[in-house]
Amino acid sequence: MSTPHPAPLSAPHPAPLRADVAVVGLGPVGAALAIALAQAGVSVVGLDRADPRVFEDPGFDGRAYAVALTSQKLLAAIGVWRHLPAPPQAMVEIRTTDGDLARGPSPLFLHFDAAEVGGTPFGWMVEARHLRLALNARMAELAAEGALRLVAPAAITRVERTAAAATVERAGGPPIRAALIAACDGRDSPLRKQAGIAETGWDYGVDAIVGALAHELPHRGTAQERFLPGGVFALLPLAGNHSAYVWCERRSVAATLMGLSDTAYARELARRAGDHLGAITPLPGRWRYPLGATHVHRYTDTRLALVGDAAHRLHPLAGQALNLGWRDVASLAEAVVGRVRLGLDCADAETLAAYQRARRAENLAMIAFTDAMHRLFSNASPPLRLVRRLGLAAFNAVGPLRRGAMRAAMGERARLPALLAGRPL
Amino acid sequence: MASINPADHPGATADREEVARFARLAERWWDPDGPMRPLHRMNPLRIGWIRDHVARRHGLDVARPKPLAGLSVLDIGCGAGLASEPLARLGAGVTGIDAAGEAIEAARAQAAEAGVGVTYRTAAPETLAAEGASFDVVLALEVVEHVADRPAFLAAVAALVRPGGLAFLSTLNRTPRSLLLAKVGAEYVLRWLPPGTHDWRRFVRPSELGAELRAAGLTVRDIAGMAMDPLSGRWRTSRDVSVNYIVMADRVGG
Repeated sequence: MSTPHPAPLSAPHPAPLRADVAVVGLGPVGAALAIALAQAGVSVVGLDRADPRVFEDPGFDGRAYAVALTSQKLLAAIGVWRHLPAPPQAMVEIRTTDGDLARGPSPLFLHFDAAEVGGTPFGWMVEARHLRLALNARMAELAAEGALRLVAPAAITRVERTAAAATVERAGGPPIRAALIAACDGRDSPLRKQAGIAETGWDYGVDAIVGALAHELPHRGTAQERFLPGGVFALLPLAGNHSAYVWCERRSVAATLMGLSDTAYARELARRAGDHLGAITPLPGRWRYPLGATHVHRYTDTRLALVGDAAHRLHPLAGQALNLGWRDVASLAEAVVGRVRLGLDCADAETLAAYQRARRAENLAMIAFTDAMHRLFSNASPPLRLVRRLGLAAFNAVGPLRRGAMRAAMGERARLPALLAGRPL
Repeated sequence: MASINPADHPGATADREEVARFARLAERWWDPDGPMRPLHRMNPLRIGWIRDHVARRHGLDVARPKPLAGLSVLDIGCGAGLASEPLARLGAGVTGIDAAGEAIEAARAQAAEAGVGVTYRTAAPETLAAEGASFDVVLALEVVEHVADRPAFLAAVAALVRPGGLAFLSTLNRTPRSLLLAKVGAEYVLRWLPPGTHDWRRFVRPSELGAELRAAGLTVRDIAGMAMDPLSGRWRTSRDVSVNYIVMADRVGG
């Protein structure tokens, strides 16, 4: 992951590296974008402040991503999926329950079964480190072919965007001159701030604690999501008798949980996990993230497109944050590739407007959906809980409605960008 | 529904007043929201149609980088390079000529800024033909409707097409619809184009163009209408050639 074109240190004004697109930030979203573009013949320079290889450290780190069906198709189409070092765990069933800790889960649970929509899994659980290894392997392949230039670690010192071109200056190397900068630099996106793009958002006052646990009984590919008074508790199947958990609690409670001894923490975890998996043992490591939702007022500026977390952040109860980022990638890559293959400017106002049009409504809808679910299920009033239970039971009974929701959860839509249908650009 | 004609027609066959009018516009042509906005919007369709036909003829994969590498292209009436530059980016060796020196200056400045290599000349096609130049692909986009002596112009075009090569011409049909939409609508109602951009009587029916090309030694192989979807603002090819259309012709044998 070093630059294939190192600049001689003596050159006072080195000639810029020219590219169609500079991808800033090579996390799971930025790396996928750089790969999708490079594979399609677009000239790309990928930059990150860290060398992506540092995230390859061995050892199970307990974090995993829920990869929706369409995201899996995208990762397969851009040649990443085949580099996963181990087969990921398919999610074939999702059980959603409403309950409290004293009485256990309500029997009127919402039940999604992949067999009802043709037997395709809803998605896969992919360990974060495995995904990193696969993305890095694919980037290295494309870099070896000369199709992708990587500059990481890169210390970006200045970014200038004009009607004519965008320039990324960095310490110790020639600047990069590109038609478009794709800002994949995360929720605190410096590029978004520099562009003065405002965002609307709120804090849930809730933190998510994530980690993994081992259990006695097999999970059979079933994901469990319990709406508890403190917040959502989700168990997501990993390979073997392991599951990842996402445990949401009010911030003060989460802080207390983080400070518990391993024994006390294991006991609290077991109370939420229930007994359907037999005895459970937490694996080492717990990580805490504050939950909030944000959405930018616009996705683009002169020669700039915001992608993934740089543009939107949402409640994790549907496991959609990264999947939305990859859907951004599919739309932006398709628009850019179409223009580059005509020899046209890939960052003209019309192309950028089309990208925003393709993504804004869907991302907002998912933020609104997860927000509504959070508000509905975080209320412990008895009448509302009864409505909730009856609502879930009725929803369960209505086959077509449920199947539609399942397809939506799997990420399928009427008109998909090619990559989300598994077709390379 | 726009009728757009940034290009001007060169040299002996060019009309002096029209050259001057387009020269005044040249500097603003590269502004996508400038006076040539309709052309910028139509450009992807034109370029795509040309690219696909050239690729098919030469068995090229447009998904590869620089698919047109090794091919020579002449863009007659190139204006500020709206077609020349994209084709050069696709790998073709492009020569752009225009009778308006100011347009050529604007094209050169733009190409230098973009780092794209195009050879621009203030010249008439007749001059290049007299020099014995020939090309794999010759373009005359939105040009013939501005040309004073069309048969002479088309003879020069044919002379510049290498045997086995292709010529692409896009222009406006002479129909009641084109008078209403391209002339009155675009220039006077919607103000997409400066009034006076077009003289409707110089618009060309496809049958006339086909016959004149044949007389010059070129055979029309394909024709497509180009129309704007009024809702999306996007241009699409269609079978309706009653306003804007583009033809591909080839030159067989020597």
